[in-house]
Formats: sequence, structure tokens, C-alpha cells
Amino acid sequence: MATILAVDDSASMRQMVSFTLKGAGFDVIEAGDGQEALEKAKGASVDLVLSDVNMPVMDGIELVKNLRTLPDYKFTPILMLTTESAGDKKSEGKEAGATGWLVKPFNPDQLLATINKVMG
Amino acid sequence: MSVDLTQFHQVFFEESNEGLDVMESALLDLDPEALDSERIDEIFRAAHSIKGGSGTFGFQQIADFTHVVETLLDLIRSDQFNMQSCHVDLFLRSVDCLRTMINQLEAGEECETELSTQIKAEFDAILSGDGESMETGGDDGGGDIPPNSDSSGGGAQGWQIYFRPSQDILRTGNEPVRMFRELSELGEIDVTADTSTVPSFAKLDPESCYLAWNITLFSDVDKAKVEEVFEWVVDESELTIEPISIPSESGSSEAGVEQLSAEDSAAPIIPNTAPTPADTASTVENANQTVAAAKAEQKAKRESSKPESASIRVGTDKVDSLINMVGELVITQSMLGELGKNFTIDKLPRLMEGLEQLNNHTRELQESVMRIRMLPISFAFSRFPRLVHDTSKQLGKNVELELLGEQTELDKTVMERIGDPLVHLVRNSLDHGIELPEARLAAGKTEMGKITLNAFHQGGNIVIQIIDDGSGLNKDRILEKAIENGLVKQGENLSDDQIHDLIFKAGFSTAAEITDISGRGVGMDVVRRNIQELNGSVEVESEAGKGSTFTIRLPLTLAILDGQLIRVGSDVFIFPLVSIVESIQSYDQMIHRVSSGCEVLRLRDEYVPIVRLWDIFSLKPDSEKLEDGLLVVVEGDNMKIAVLVDDLLAQQQVVIKSLQENYRSVEGISGATILGDGTVSLILDMGGLIKLSGVSKDDYKQVVSDEDIEAA
Repeated sequence: MATILAVDDSASMRQMVSFTLKGAGFDVIEAGDGQEALEKAKGASVDLVLSDVNMPVMDGIELVKNLRTLPDYKFTPILMLTTESAGDKKSEGKEAGATGWLVKPFNPDQLLATINKVMG
Repeated sequence: MSVDLTQFHQVFFEESNEGLDVMESALLDLDPEALDSERIDEIFRAAHSIKGGSGTFGFQQIADFTHVVETLLDLIRSDQFNMQSCHVDLFLRSVDCLRTMINQLEAGEECETELSTQIKAEFDAILSGDGESMETGGDDGGGDIPPNSDSSGGGAQGWQIYFRPSQDILRTGNEPVRMFRELSELGEIDVTADTSTVPSFAKLDPESCYLAWNITLFSDVDKAKVEEVFEWVVDESELTIEPISIPSESGSSEAGVEQLSAEDSAAPIIPNTAPTPADTASTVENANQTVAAAKAEQKAKRESSKPESASIRVGTDKVDSLINMVGELVITQSMLGELGKNFTIDKLPRLMEGLEQLNNHTRELQESVMRIRMLPISFAFSRFPRLVHDTSKQLGKNVELELLGEQTELDKTVMERIGDPLVHLVRNSLDHGIELPEARLAAGKTEMGKITLNAFHQGGNIVIQIIDDGSGLNKDRILEKAIENGLVKQGENLSDDQIHDLIFKAGFSTAAEITDISGRGVGMDVVRRNIQELNGSVEVESEAGKGSTFTIRLPLTLAILDGQLIRVGSDVFIFPLVSIVESIQSYDQMIHRVSSGCEVLRLRDEYVPIVRLWDIFSLKPDSEKLEDGLLVVVEGDNMKIAVLVDDLLAQQQVVIKSLQENYRSVEGISGATILGDGTVSLILDMGGLIKLSGVSKDDYKQVVSDEDIEAA
């Protein structure tokens, strides 16, 4: 079963994402900020990372940069959950090595559709 | 798959409220003169999370409102907007407004208010005044659907796609094969790889992508759909998407051809810079659907309008320790069950051991469960920075607030009920305690007054102090007022403490001083009554010119009490363990009988009045003689008494049952409990006991002076 690492400092968003993904048959690891996510990623085999951008301690951009330095995460799809539609965060994320993005607000169906784009 | 989003609402409300608290306290810390970027980031992040969550869960009004707040914050964050103190106030007002909106949503009501519209308009005015930098931010997420001519303008019968990704594409986790698979979901595809740029094997980097592809997609989907597939990589790739015409087999309509040619002349090659509005459009559309669904649901909910049950957020460590404990309990239980099945007397030691374990586990479990209801007092303190900020401004005073011991934990119910008395006391200190800046300077103090809120544990109590460095209580004024109101007789001799204590008396009102701030029809007597209802006490110490300290003592929890069981004759009573200072066997030489007729116990350097419990409650003791019984020295209402009892029994935790609810309130008794053998035992209330016994502090001061004379 595929494992997804879901990173968001907002508990409600995390729960929503996690609930949706579990319902679709994925294993989910949750983290509340980039630092926690990085630590959890190191000890696990993750098939996809979904990360919020604005977070305390370590933000999503830093997380992507850090993940890409790990051999296990060189090619792992990483999607940014972003509200910034202005684009600068998207390109910042891309430069850091993110695969793509999903614009908030999104509903569970949109989330799954996007996941299907990179999984399977 | 449909996911019921309402299940996440409660968490969203809670975290939004927490976010608003963060925003508020960060705003109050903010100095517009010297902006602290970390603070601004913190505020921005909180607003941003609320916006993201509210959009996702279908609270469009909140999302719209936070959008403007966030936009201005973003401009401030990136130094494009100069923040002034009036903006801090605007942000603070929007925090209040959001809090109201969220509360309304929580109660299942419509949340848009006149105030929210007005505040939003203020933001809009500021933002539009700022000019061009706003334009880009203004139309996303605000509910405007971008023009989607591009997405509706498709309708070709097929698309010829040329795709040359950047060599780094694999390193971002993107995979061309996945894109082709996605394309194949749109229609039949024909893919040929262009291998012309693959280098020789020696130069080949296995992690790079050297291929390009020519793809023919046979489908009449919109161009936007095709673009969406390449959405994440379009900026770094060479991508052309051109319509192809297939000889019209099925007789395509003229309109179709027209559309096709229009598309053709417009933009055969995707400009690499333009963002594709298609995805935004679909997102907004879907979000709108969510909103509609959520609205319908809200309506349904409102019909059965019940406030949602209060919930509590508990640290996982607490829950884990609880689960652990229950596990232990289950093991013990099964062991005891096994023992009981075929019990023989030789197994008695094991049974005793098992019961001892059961006892330990039960106690630990109880403590853990109590801990779940405990929250740090910062929850009650958090509203004060704002309150002090606003109130002192209103009064024209300079006041600094210091919070100490914010992590001190206490029961959630106690916390909720101590909020109002605390507010009242702080307001009182601000209004009557701290002087105006000129007066402070004249008195040789710093212009800036200071209020300290301090919390700490002491025994089984939590102590909360409100300390100000103001003018202190005006004894003469209080005494004058008290005489005027008939609380004190002219010429009565009162100690300083007694005079200070008068402010808590019912009927004591300094009507002349009622102001907008503290004169809200609630007097200090109500404060004291509220605190006493929580089994707590409040006292004031004050020194003229130096300031006042209000000290509140509260039990950590209302449900359980550590008790010392004592016996008088055939009756068993309970002293709260925290009130006991020590218990001693009395000897004749320790007892002093003094001129006023009462007896005192000489306890090292102190003299403590002796109170006979049997006398007060009209019981029949084993012996009426002092030396036959035990003296339990207890503390209450700021003084000590020595209570004569026949015997000390066990110490145990007792569950408090209200006497008032089950019978009626009785002076000297704070409640009752049921003991292990099923009998009811009364819990003694020290303050009430002291009152009943008729001893007062002055008596024993009197005693002390008599003693001194004797000694001399």
C-alpha cells in the first residue's frame, strides 16, 4: 500500500487530508511542520509528500530542499498545498524541487484527482 | 468518494480561535515603529491558516474576510506597506470580528455582519489606495471567477503536442510517463519519442532526461484540459499544443470549425509566461459547490439548533499514560479474578498484594483522568494583554502587564469560572490602582505603571495574584464609606487587614467612583462570592503609595479532595488535607488560658486559639479534656486555629458531593462524601468553622500582648 506523508500546521486541514487519503486506501503519516516531517520521512518509506507552504519551525519550501538532499527522496513526488495563486510560491517551490502543487481551497475529490496524477 | 467535511469543523473552529489568540497577542507585542518580521510572519501565518481552512470547509465569508487581512499583512511583510498604529488597531478589530464570526458559525448562524462588511471595506480602502501591487492579489480567492474564455474555446478534434521537458524534470519528482497516462485518459494518443538529443553513453547522466516527445491526441477536449496535464512543468519545458483537423467524417458543425480557426489564430503556441486560469476556474467552481452544500447543511443544522458540546484538547502524552494505566488495571483485574475462582487461604498474601496493586492503579488512573481536565492558566491569562492595552488607553494611563506562571495548570471548569472575577480584579487595578502618569511622576514613580498576574501551585491549591504598583487602597476613604453605609460603627477599632477586607462586603459601593471601566454594577462582593463558590478565597494586601496585591486561592479541581478523616465521639469528619498545618498531642504547659477567657495553644512562636469541635457541633466526645484528645492545627481565612478531636483516622481522597444540592448549605461544612463503608461523612470548611467558633484574629493578637505582659 502506498504511503503518503501529509504535512500541515493546521490540524483541521491535516485531519481532512488524512481522512480522505485513508478512505482512498493510502497509508498516511502526519506531521505538523517541516522539521517533524523531515524526521518522520527519514525513518519511513514514503511514496508521496503533500506539504503546506506556510508553517512554523520549517516551512514547506525548506522541507522540499531538505528532502531532495536525501537519497531516498531524490525522485519522490512532492506536492505543495498552497493558497498563493500569485505564483511566486509556486515557482519558489518548483525551484526547491517540488513536483507540483494543489491550490487551496480544495475539496476531497480534487485532492484525490491530483494524487492520482502522480501515483498509480 | 464523498467525505463529510462537517466532521472537521469543530477542530477548525478551535484552531481558528487559537490562531486568533496568537494574532492578538502578537499584534499587542508589535511596535509599528520597529517592526519585528518574526512577529509579522506569525500573524500572517495565523491569518493564512484561517483563510485556507475556511475556504476548504466552505466558510466563504470568513475566507473573504481573512483574504483582505492577509493581503495587507503580506504587503507589510514584504515592506510594500508602511504599518502604523492605526493599522494595528484595525487588525485587532478584525481579530475580534473574526472571533465573533467563528462563534456564530459554531452556533450554526449566518456569520456575515455589518461590522465585518464595514471592516472589510476599510481594508479594501487601504488596499486600493496602495495601488498596483494590490491588483494581482485582489482577484484570487476573493470569489471572482477569472474569465475562462480559454477553457471554453476548445473543441478541436485533436491536438498535436510537442513536449521537451527540462533535463531536470525527474529531479522534481515529475515523470513524463504519468503525463502520457493522464493524456490517454482524455482520448487515444499516439506518442513518438525524439531521441536526437540523447548524448553518447559516456556523457549520459542517468538522472537526466534527454528525450522529447511528439504526441497526437485524438480527442475533442478543451485545450485547457491538455494544458492542465503539463501544468506543473510548463514553465521549464518547451511545449506546443496545436489543434489538428481531422477530415470531417462525422460531419462536424460549422460552429466547431469556426471555433477551431479562432483558436488557431489566437495562440497556437502556449506562451510560457501566462498562468493558466483554467485550473483556478475549476477550483473556484468546485469550491462554490462546496459552499452551497455546506450552506444547505448549515441550514439543516440550524433547525435543530443546539450548541455543539464543548470539547477539550488533550496532549497525547496524557492520553497515552491513561491507556497505559488502564492496561495495568486490566491485568490486575484478571489476576484477581483468577485468584477468586478457586481461592484457598494460602493464597491470601497474593490476594492482599493484588488488592494493593488495584489500589495503586485506581489512584494513578484517577490522577491521570484529573490531569486531562487540567489546562495551563495561560488560557485564562491570554485575554489580559488586550484588555490592559485597550483599557489603559481609554483611561489615559501607561500600563505594562507582566504574566508569570502561565504554565500552571488548573481544572477546566475552575478556569472557565475564574475568568470573570479575574477580569473584574484587573479592571479594578487599572482603574483604581494605577495612577495617571502625572500623578505617578509626582509621587516619584515611573510613568509606566505595572500590573502583574502571577499563578503558582501551593499545596493542593492554585494561587493567582493580581499585583499592581499603584496608589494602594485608601483606608480612610474605605472606612468613611463603610461607616456611611452602616457596615461599621463609628469608633469601632479595625485592623488594616479588616479595613481592606471591607471592599469585599456586600453593600460596600464607592458609588462616587463608578466609571465606565470598573463600575459595571458588579461589586467586589460578587467577585468574592464567585470565588467562594469555587471553594476558593480572595484576600487583599495593600500598602498606601506602593500598590495592592489581590490573592486568589482555588482548589485545583472541584471534584476530589485529599482528606484527613478525624473522629469525634461516634462521628467521622473530614478536614481538607491542604488546610492542616500539623497535628499534635497537647500538653498542659502548651496551653495558655488568657484574660479574655479563651484558651490558646503556644505553638513555637505563635499563639493559636483552641476550638472544640464537639462544642461547635453539639456532639458527645470520648473525653472533654484537652489532654485526652489531639489538636489539629488548621489554617483558613488567613488565620490558624487548633481543633480538638478525639482521634485521627486515615488520609484518603474523597469525592465531594454537594451538600447544598442534596440538602441545604450548612455553615462550617463545605460538602459531604461517602466513605468506603457506605456512611456519609461531612467535609469541614475552615473559614466557616472559624466564624462559628467566634474567635477572631484580634482575640489572638490580644492574647499575644497579654502573654507578653505576663512574660515581662
